[in-house]
Amino acid sequence: MTDTTAYFEFLCRMGDNTLVLGHRVSEWCGHAPILEEDIALANTALDMIGQTQMWLGLAGEVEGEGRSADDIAMLRDAWDFRNCLLCEQPNGDFGQTMMRQFLFDAWHLAMLTELQNSSEQRVAEIAAKAIKEVQYHVERSGDTVIALGDGTAQSHERMQKALNLLWPYVGELFTPDAVDTAMAEAGIAPDLTKLRVGFDTHIGQVLSEATLAIPDSNFAHQGGKSGFQHSEHLGHILTQMQWLQRAYPGASW
Amino acid sequence: MKPSVDTIWDWLADVPDPEIPVISVVDLGIVRGVRWDGDTVEVAVTPTYSGCPATSVISLDIETALRDRGLDDIRIKNQISPPWTSDWLKEEARAKLMEYGIAPPRAAGGPECCPRCKSTHVARISQFGSTPCKAQWQCKDCLEPFDYFKCI
Repeated sequence: MTDTTAYFEFLCRMGDNTLVLGHRVSEWCGHAPILEEDIALANTALDMIGQTQMWLGLAGEVEGEGRSADDIAMLRDAWDFRNCLLCEQPNGDFGQTMMRQFLFDAWHLAMLTELQNSSEQRVAEIAAKAIKEVQYHVERSGDTVIALGDGTAQSHERMQKALNLLWPYVGELFTPDAVDTAMAEAGIAPDLTKLRVGFDTHIGQVLSEATLAIPDSNFAHQGGKSGFQHSEHLGHILTQMQWLQRAYPGASW
Repeated sequence: MKPSVDTIWDWLADVPDPEIPVISVVDLGIVRGVRWDGDTVEVAVTPTYSGCPATSVISLDIETALRDRGLDDIRIKNQISPPWTSDWLKEEARAKLMEYGIAPPRAAGGPECCPRCKSTHVARISQFGSTPCKAQWQCKDCLEPFDYFKCI
C-alpha cells in the first residue's frame, strides 16, 4: 500500500462515517417525537454532511483523478464505502438512534481532538472546524442518553436494549488495520488503541449516570472501514441516497 | 480604475446575511480577507458551520454585489482555517441582533436576557434551532420562545 493510497483510504473513512450517519440521521426529518428533536436531528445531520464535503473533497484532491466530493459520495457502490459498521445501523426507535449517535460522537470527539495535531495541515484544519460542531453533538446525545436511560422503566429498558444491540459495533472504531497503522506512523492520525482509554472514561461516566450497564463482551464486528464486509443495511441506504444521480447522471438544479 | 481594498470592504458591509438580513456578511465576521491578485479581486469567505446551506448563497450574494459595482473578475475563496468563531461577530451587530429578536452570543453560554421583554429569567429549550448557528430558548416571564446565537 502506497502512502497516498492509505491517506486516501483514511480520508474516505472519515468522510464516509459522517456521510452515512448524516444520511441516516436525516431520515428522521419530519418524523422525530417532538419538533425540537426533529430540528436538532436535522441540524446534526447537516453538520455531518458539511464535514463530509470537507473530508471527501480532500480525498478527491489526494487521489488526483479529478473526482469531487459529490462524485465520491454519489457514484461509488457499497464495496467502495469505508464507513464503520456502527454508522450504517438502522435508526430503530428514537432511543436507539440517540445511543448510536452518542457512541459515535464520543469516538468522533476523541478522534478530532487528536487530528487537530495532525502532521497534515489540511487534516488539522478540517478537524479544528468539525470539532466545534461535534462538541454540541456529544453534549446533546450524552444528555439524551442520560435522560432516557435514567427515565421511565420503559425508556430505561429501550436504552439498555439499544446499548446491547450497538455495543458489538464499537470495537471496530478502535481496532487498527494497515491503513490506521500507516496513518499513525506518518503522524497524520492517532493510534486508535490509545483513543480507547479516554473514550471508555467518557462513556463510562455518561452510561453510569444513565443507569445503563455496559455489556461484558468486547466482541466486535469488523469489515466496514476496510470495505470487506458491510452489513446489509448499507446497500439500502445507497439506493435512497444515490438514486437520483444514478438515474439522471450529472443532474443538478 | 481598480477600487481600493477598503472600498470593497465598504461595499461588502452592505451585503446582508441571507438568513439574518439585519446584519451584513462583514458584521458576521465571515469575510476573512479581500485582496487584488492582478486584475482579479479575491474575497476569502469562511463558513459559520461546515454544512450551513447559506454559505453558497452568501458567496453568490457577494459576487452579485461586486458585479453590480462594476467588477467582473471575482474569485470567492472558501477558507476553513482558522475556523469561524462567534467572537468575530462585530459589536454593532450584537445590538442589531437583539433588536431583531435574536439574543447575541455570550461567553457564559446563554443569553443575557429575553430580546422582547428583557427579563433575565430564561431557560434553554434545545441546543439546536432554526439554523445551525442558533439555539432555542424561552423567556419564563413573557413565555415567548426566542433564538439565541450560539457560541462556537
